[in-house]
Amino acid sequence: MIDFFFLVPIAIGLGLAGLASFMWTLRNGQYDDLEGAAERILFEGNDGPASPSSSSGALPMKAR
Amino acid sequence: MSCCAAGAELHLHQARAMEDEIMLASRVVHDGLRQTDLSVPGIHCGGCLHRIESTLGKLEGVAGARANLSTRRVTVLWRGDAPPPLIRTLEAVGYQAHVHDIGADKKDPVLGQLLRALAVAGFASSNIMLLSVSIWAGAGAETRDLFHWISASLALPTLAYSGRIFFCSAWNSLRHGRTNMDVPISIGVLLAFGMSLYETIHHGPYAYFDAAVSLLFFLLIGRTLDHVMRERAREAVSGLARLSPHGTLVLQPDGTRAYLAVDEIQPGMTILLAAGERVPVDGRVTGGSSDVDRSLVSGESAPQPAVRGTELQAGILNLTGPLTIVATAAVRDSFLAEMKRMMEAAETGRSAYRRISDRAARLYAPVVHATALLTFAGWMIASGDAHRAITIAIAVLIITCPCALGLAVPMVHIVAARRLFDNGIMIKDGSALEKLAEINAVVFDKTGTLTAGQPLLTAKGNTGPDALALASTIAMHSRHPYSQGLASLSHGRSITLDAVSEHPGMGLEARSGATVHRLGRPDWAIAKRHSRDACQDATVALSTNGKGTTYFCFDDRLRAGAIDAVAELKRTGAFIEIVSGDTDKRVRDIASQLGLPWVSDARPADKIRRISALSEAGNKVLMVGDGLNDAPALIAADVSMAPASAADIGRNAADLVFLRDSLGAVPQAIEIARAAGRLVQQNFGLAVAYNVVAIPVAVLGHVTPLLAAITMSLSSLIVVANALRLDGRAPQNPWIPAFGRTVPPLLLGSPK
Repeated sequence: MIDFFFLVPIAIGLGLAGLASFMWTLRNGQYDDLEGAAERILFEGNDGPASPSSSSGALPMKAR
Repeated sequence: MSCCAAGAELHLHQARAMEDEIMLASRVVHDGLRQTDLSVPGIHCGGCLHRIESTLGKLEGVAGARANLSTRRVTVLWRGDAPPPLIRTLEAVGYQAHVHDIGADKKDPVLGQLLRALAVAGFASSNIMLLSVSIWAGAGAETRDLFHWISASLALPTLAYSGRIFFCSAWNSLRHGRTNMDVPISIGVLLAFGMSLYETIHHGPYAYFDAAVSLLFFLLIGRTLDHVMRERAREAVSGLARLSPHGTLVLQPDGTRAYLAVDEIQPGMTILLAAGERVPVDGRVTGGSSDVDRSLVSGESAPQPAVRGTELQAGILNLTGPLTIVATAAVRDSFLAEMKRMMEAAETGRSAYRRISDRAARLYAPVVHATALLTFAGWMIASGDAHRAITIAIAVLIITCPCALGLAVPMVHIVAARRLFDNGIMIKDGSALEKLAEINAVVFDKTGTLTAGQPLLTAKGNTGPDALALASTIAMHSRHPYSQGLASLSHGRSITLDAVSEHPGMGLEARSGATVHRLGRPDWAIAKRHSRDACQDATVALSTNGKGTTYFCFDDRLRAGAIDAVAELKRTGAFIEIVSGDTDKRVRDIASQLGLPWVSDARPADKIRRISALSEAGNKVLMVGDGLNDAPALIAADVSMAPASAADIGRNAADLVFLRDSLGAVPQAIEIARAAGRLVQQNFGLAVAYNVVAIPVAVLGHVTPLLAAITMSLSSLIVVANALRLDGRAPQNPWIPAFGRTVPPLLLGSPK
């Protein structure tokens, strides 16, 4: 049993990675417009979420 | 200066004013970049998102635009001293847009906190459960100890982070000498963790880390659902058009014009009000003439003329011509502010409603804690082993922790809110649903609630197709509600006219060669006195060269479904009444069509008095209203509903808002609320049944962590499954009031 102990930190590490990525999507505003996200896959262009009120994710800037 | 020239001049200023309004409502993000939020109710598909973003993105000065389909909102980032023509550009591609307050739409911090807490609890509970399964499967003593230690190190930060929400709430409640559902939750979770830590240190076989953390996880699901429901309703309601302007055009003493924010307007300032705008503060007309719509302010449905000297309250809509107004009060003293004060007074006056779950907690917590204490005492006496007695007492607390209770109510409410949403009804929070199920008296406002916006039109005299087409062609030139009603008469035919001019307060005059047609007030349109007497009750007359030809009467038209809705409410035995600010005749007309008692000429204070009279007689009152004048009454009633067309202050005051036209939403909402109430009771029944089975097992000391995990999850799942039954259920029998109504003090006619 103790031989397979190395699996435990791996499992917890994977869980932590999932938790961290969820936190990131939350901060990044990916849940702000769930209906819109479903529709957007049909169109080219701005795919990134907008969260101009936080500094982490800026609004997609127009290329000049 | 002719009135037309003034109108054109003001129109230019209106375009400027729109830009100024965008400027006022925008917010600096960083170095020169400004953010503006627009509410665009017309967004309904991915194509709309694409079109709006690409159109706005091409404008000079726009750094980026992002449309949101869920909230029907567009966020624009722009640079420069003057805002880009956002609203005009959107209107050009077919979307009505208006400025949305950024302040009103801060990202909800509570939801973020709940979601993060939920995520952490989810992560920890799944990992601890994984370790626990291997322990239950019979891991050796060393491995078990190791896994316990890992579980403890995962559980401690989770308790600190996710459990904080419950601990804070429980502490607040205890400090004020009350208990809520969070008190037994906090005690159970903390004791479970403490005992498990003790067991781990002493190499004990049983640790309840999994129970403590998965309890938090389940409860946070309920808490988050509850919050999301409230939030969605709030957003949908605030996305509707706002009625009070941000600013207004002021004529300064030196003759220049400035666009000032509404807060900056002082008594004595001269305001230029274009047709189609709402009066920003209370004032008196000093120049121009127009028709005004007071329906939101006083409940009078018929438009009234405004001439020099007319007093106007904030919120009145100017219909036909430009007006010059002298402000007589600042915003804080205006009619709107007075309504807000009355609303606050009504809020403090209304008895605090205790939610079902809090009432359950008041019974539940003492029973559970007493049981745990008795268990401890019993085992102490029986065995004398303190460790064993404490372990078993804590096991009782863990197994009875109100996991199912915490989910029982929010789960039903969110399913009910979903069903209401499908029927076009938004609900603000769960307690409104509980109160709605108990109501047995309904008070309706008339204008805009029982009646629709469009008046009912009847024509007399010459009603040939030519006359009607003529009337409708002329009427197309005005935005007076009567004109808009008449404009729909033509059935596609139109008559060529040389010139049409509008005379605010009077009507429209059209020339076709040497012939002069007038459409408007009978005493203005018809020159000869004797023919005027021919049709006295007409509201609008059409005349040719001063001779009356066709007469039109406008009556209130009942809202769609009003008769059915009232009949359905009556069948249930609820007391129904109309309380309106309109004149006695108009209220009587509507009341007799519906067969209801009525109160007319009611001022906002009278409405509140009427509602408190009903509640003091022991009734639970539902108020359905839309106007500014209804807002205090909406707060004073036990529960309230407003149509989406209501004034924004009214929509915010109401517990429920129905988005569709039909008044059938009222009985529908009550029926769903009652079905939800039954399910909540069933869920409580299930939770109690679970405890009846689980407590004896726990008291006798047979509970292991495995058993606790299984029973707790199972009871939660059963409660959730029961709540979901509400969704697919066929329509129930009409609801029956929760208790027989007490006959209210009948008070017909004027309440004064």
